[in-house]
Amino acid sequence: MSVATMTHDPVHGLEVTDNPGPAPKRIVTGYGFWIFILSDMVMFSCFFAAFAVLSGQTAGGPHGAELFNLKNVAIETGCLLLSSFTCGMASIAADLRNRFWFQVAMAVTCALGLAFLRIEFREFADLVARGAGPSRSAFLSAFFTLVGCHGLHVSAGVLWLLTMMAQVFAKGFRADIQRRILCFALFWHALDIIWVAVFSVVYLLGSAA
Amino acid sequence: MSDTRELHQAGLAPGDEEGVGVRFRVLGYLVGLALAILLTATSFFVAGTNLVWQPSIPVAIIVLAIAQMGVHLVFFLHITTGVDNTNNVMALAFGLLIVFLVIGGSLWIMDHLNQNMMPIDQLMRMQR
Repeated sequence: MSVATMTHDPVHGLEVTDNPGPAPKRIVTGYGFWIFILSDMVMFSCFFAAFAVLSGQTAGGPHGAELFNLKNVAIETGCLLLSSFTCGMASIAADLRNRFWFQVAMAVTCALGLAFLRIEFREFADLVARGAGPSRSAFLSAFFTLVGCHGLHVSAGVLWLLTMMAQVFAKGFRADIQRRILCFALFWHALDIIWVAVFSVVYLLGSAA
Repeated sequence: MSDTRELHQAGLAPGDEEGVGVRFRVLGYLVGLALAILLTATSFFVAGTNLVWQPSIPVAIIVLAIAQMGVHLVFFLHITTGVDNTNNVMALAFGLLIVFLVIGGSLWIMDHLNQNMMPIDQLMRMQR
């Protein structure tokens, strides 16, 4: 890290830092991951655009209102919201270097994520069994792509979560592992934001229309 | 916290909060969770109710969704308007620009295509 040069500001009479040098690694890593999350959201926006355009193209097949079970969606939403909260608790525990509460919070987050995935998988299997699979109509293709892509992200998040639990267990709260925990928390909270868009646009608007 | 001052000079990583106590941080997540649950519950209620004027329901759902995304950004991702957060907010603004261009542009163009082109079966009959 380069040495900051201090100069005298003639206007305000304060010491100002002219050249603070490169930012700490935690900020650089977090910022880079934030850019990745935003690009991920751009990708999801393409799927949302496709879904919005194709949502009426049912090719004589079933509409969303006949297919969706809003009670399941509400439970899924509850799981993700609570898991976002417990993930926040895990970040606090990681900052405090408290292994026990970190592992507890991460385990609860994992359980909620798996519960979400289980409900979603059952919903998909049920739709396919009723002949409303992704090949039935353009609407269902767009539906399975969008919701399935979110589901894949959650699955990847669960795997990452388990990896972080194992790394903290084996290596403790090293600086690099703290950075990974920061990135994981960003990822998990961002998935929650995308789910808000999914349940509003796909399920609620789909059932209302 | 020896590097707190250093942190403030260079900005704040997304997801990091400014130096506040643990109790305050937990409270922040609790407030975020409560607001998120409130907005979600309102969304689900509005979607299935007959109490409001029906054509306003889609608009209400979208407004509630955007509000909830804002709550998540502030309380969970800690993207705020603070001075240390400028870079994160600028990146977010650019991301949002692209998202709105993609979604708004697609809907706009496809709507015009639907209005101005003849139905696809008629088009196919002409090509034969």
